[in-house]
Amino acid sequence: MSETAVATPAAPSFRVQRWTPLSIAFTGGLAGLVAVLAFAPVMLGENTQYNLIQLYFLAIMAMMWNALAGYGGLVSVGQQGFIGIGAYGAVFFSVQHEMNPYLSMLLATLVGAVVAIPVAAVVLWLRNGAFAIATWVVAEAFAILVSLDPNPAIGGGTGTSALLPFNLRYTPSQRLHYTYWAALGAVAVLLLLLFVLLRSRLGGSLQAIRDDEEAAASVGVRVLLGKGILFVVAGAGCAAAGTIILAWQLSVLPLGPNSVFGINWTARMIFMVLVGGLGTFEGPIIGAVVLYLLQTYVSISGVWYFVMLGGIAIGFALLLPRGIWGTIQERFNVQLLPVGYRLRTGD
Amino acid sequence: MTWVADLVHGIFLGGFYALLAAGLALMFGVMRIINLAHGSLALIGAYMAFLLTEHLHISTYLALAPVLPGALVVGYVLQRTMLERSLRAGQLVPLLTTFGLLIVIANLLQQFFSPDVHSLDAGRIGPASWHVSSELSIPWFDVLTLGIAFSVLGGLHLVLRVTQLGRELRATAADADTAELVGVNARAVYARATAIAVAIAALAGVFYGMRSAFDPNAGANELLYAFEAVVIGGIGSLWGTLVGGIVLGISQEIGAHINQEYFALAGHVVFLAVLVARSASSAPRIRYTLRRFA
Amino acid sequence: MSALLQVESLDVRHGLLQAVRQVSFEVAEGETLALVGANGAGKSTLLRALAGAHRPAGGRVVFEGRDITAMPAHRRVKAGIALVPEGRRLFPDLTVEENLRVAGAAHRDGRWTVDEVLEAFPLLQPLRRKRAASLSGGEQQATAIGRALMTNPRLLLLDEVSLGLAPIVVEGVYHSLRGLIEGGTTIVLVEQDLARAMGVADRVACMLEGRIVLEGARGELTREQVTDAYFGLRRAEASA
Repeated sequence: MSETAVATPAAPSFRVQRWTPLSIAFTGGLAGLVAVLAFAPVMLGENTQYNLIQLYFLAIMAMMWNALAGYGGLVSVGQQGFIGIGAYGAVFFSVQHEMNPYLSMLLATLVGAVVAIPVAAVVLWLRNGAFAIATWVVAEAFAILVSLDPNPAIGGGTGTSALLPFNLRYTPSQRLHYTYWAALGAVAVLLLLLFVLLRSRLGGSLQAIRDDEEAAASVGVRVLLGKGILFVVAGAGCAAAGTIILAWQLSVLPLGPNSVFGINWTARMIFMVLVGGLGTFEGPIIGAVVLYLLQTYVSISGVWYFVMLGGIAIGFALLLPRGIWGTIQERFNVQLLPVGYRLRTGD
Repeated sequence: MTWVADLVHGIFLGGFYALLAAGLALMFGVMRIINLAHGSLALIGAYMAFLLTEHLHISTYLALAPVLPGALVVGYVLQRTMLERSLRAGQLVPLLTTFGLLIVIANLLQQFFSPDVHSLDAGRIGPASWHVSSELSIPWFDVLTLGIAFSVLGGLHLVLRVTQLGRELRATAADADTAELVGVNARAVYARATAIAVAIAALAGVFYGMRSAFDPNAGANELLYAFEAVVIGGIGSLWGTLVGGIVLGISQEIGAHINQEYFALAGHVVFLAVLVARSASSAPRIRYTLRRFA
Repeated sequence: MSALLQVESLDVRHGLLQAVRQVSFEVAEGETLALVGANGAGKSTLLRALAGAHRPAGGRVVFEGRDITAMPAHRRVKAGIALVPEGRRLFPDLTVEENLRVAGAAHRDGRWTVDEVLEAFPLLQPLRRKRAASLSGGEQQATAIGRALMTNPRLLLLDEVSLGLAPIVVEGVYHSLRGLIEGGTTIVLVEQDLARAMGVADRVACMLEGRIVLEGARGELTREQVTDAYFGLRRAEASA
């Protein structure tokens, strides 16, 4: 009987990679872009700065809504509650307590984070539609409470303004510059925060939760903790956006769809995220840019504008659910900001 | 105005909320869809009735004759075009598309009807009241509304229990896959459910238009109240919706009694309290989860 | 005379898994075909694909001479194919009678009505108005079969009717089935119990990993042959 020696084939080698040359280049480029944008107040006109601030707070909102819905599977229709808390919180500290307006903005952001905790305790047990509407109810409750506040600084149903705290300390030009930097800084900080969170174990947990919540819980993933962290971050982020809106337009209203507690903010968030790419890291930024361009260059009446937003959002949800970036990412297997892992085979 | 009056008015208000919420509960029960545009669809009913009464000079009740069948068609088409695809696309997608629809409807209504408030004429019954006592007076219109709510809920109950459509609805709600395997066309069943739900919503919208002034943005608030009624009463139960509506109505009336501005807030607070109580009642789960937090 | 059911090179995926690979077979009218095989061999997926609950990735299903590969499940019921699903899958909150009546939507002509079903399965008679969820396993199985019969099928597909049932109950189920089989209904049944399968079927097909590895009439095949095919064993040929 002859014996044939069987050669063991060489085991394929694998490498787990986080950064690719493309993502290194892009991240570096992004950091560079932020640095360049920081010089805008020196280089660009006031009109441009004013518009860019809008892009920044839209980007923040998009990132936050995407964090909840895309990474946490939580469709919130009530983030405007936190936007309002941010705006009115800043008024509270700066008008009522006469603190520096920018410090007030920071404090109001923290208030947003703190308030998000008990809200999370109430709503995070809920699923899907129930969660969505509960968040809306909470936002409405906040709006009503603010509108009923007897304090003249808050202004009740007629709204309020932060004119005084700003104008007492800064010229309009200075306010514009400082608000611009505050807004850009907020975008950068929140982007970095999300980036770090998603690259950490939380990111992996969230992916697991998104795929199969029960299975994830059964292997020890702390589902509620993960969602809770997202909810608090989103609350803080939206509050930050609210403070920027206050610094940007100075006067705010509490009630009505276009108010600082208004449902139209959620409409914008959903539009940006659906168009940009739900669940991708880069998508919300792209969506914010699209919305910003639409707002700046397409001049149609406010009503038709929202009809268009709603219609496009529906269209994307049904026909291009991965959004612009999601589709590109799927087709070309590209990732600009490295939040995931890549498996490379070979040497 | 005494607290008894609040209670009684709250019950009648609850009847209206039950009528408004019935369609929402039906769609959720059969398809697990929360239709965020439900209130907006109800509002379209009110606006359509307004158009008809303005131009044809007919009574609001007569306007129901074309509005209701029209709503059936709208619901059927809505399901076959948008909602069916949304259901297939994923769990979260119906929320996104119905929200988009809410925004589109609210703004289209504003475009075509202006932001002004309108209202519908309730006919001779409108101003009439039943003077129960010197302190309690019940508008006959509210009695009618409660009666209609009972009829609708009762009718739905009958349809579900007794008719073949009802059996198909219940079977498809329980297990759409197996329903198909025994010959039930699930897509047609869903479309009929949505048609009925939208028709009931339109009916509720017309009654809403008769009891209060409405504007294009009213759809959002009414959706919240309808949903609160469904949740308080227990999702998945038709008659629970009536109970939930009544609890909501009473809360709102009591809130308004304390301070007129507290009307909606009182309802929101009770709703959130019910949520907290429900999650607290799954106590073992909380303890388990708290341990995991630590 | 062409067969009632012709399956040609059917490929069916179950998620990412290829559950049915290039399966071809025929069933003549009045015949009873038993599909046997281990768990995961693809039998249930195959039946579901025949019933229209699973879209095949490739191949054809021809019924009564018509290509029904693209036909949705509820239309196949109207065409005369009925499946008794694995695990019964009754509608839990509907009563026995309602479970039967809901299947009447197919409106096919035939002898089966609620009364006929209750006569064929007498154990169900006192349970007409009982909620399906509160029935025992055997009662549920009878209801599930009755529900499929209500559509007056020409081809009845039975998926593991003995699953989870006590032997004596299984005996009762097969006793009722005998009437159907002898009455000339065309049946394809999936059965893990080899003895039963070979006892009632005219032909047996054994599946392994998505393929049919052995097929033959009852008389042609021995228990050993089927068992080997079941487990994927190959007896080495005696070396010369």
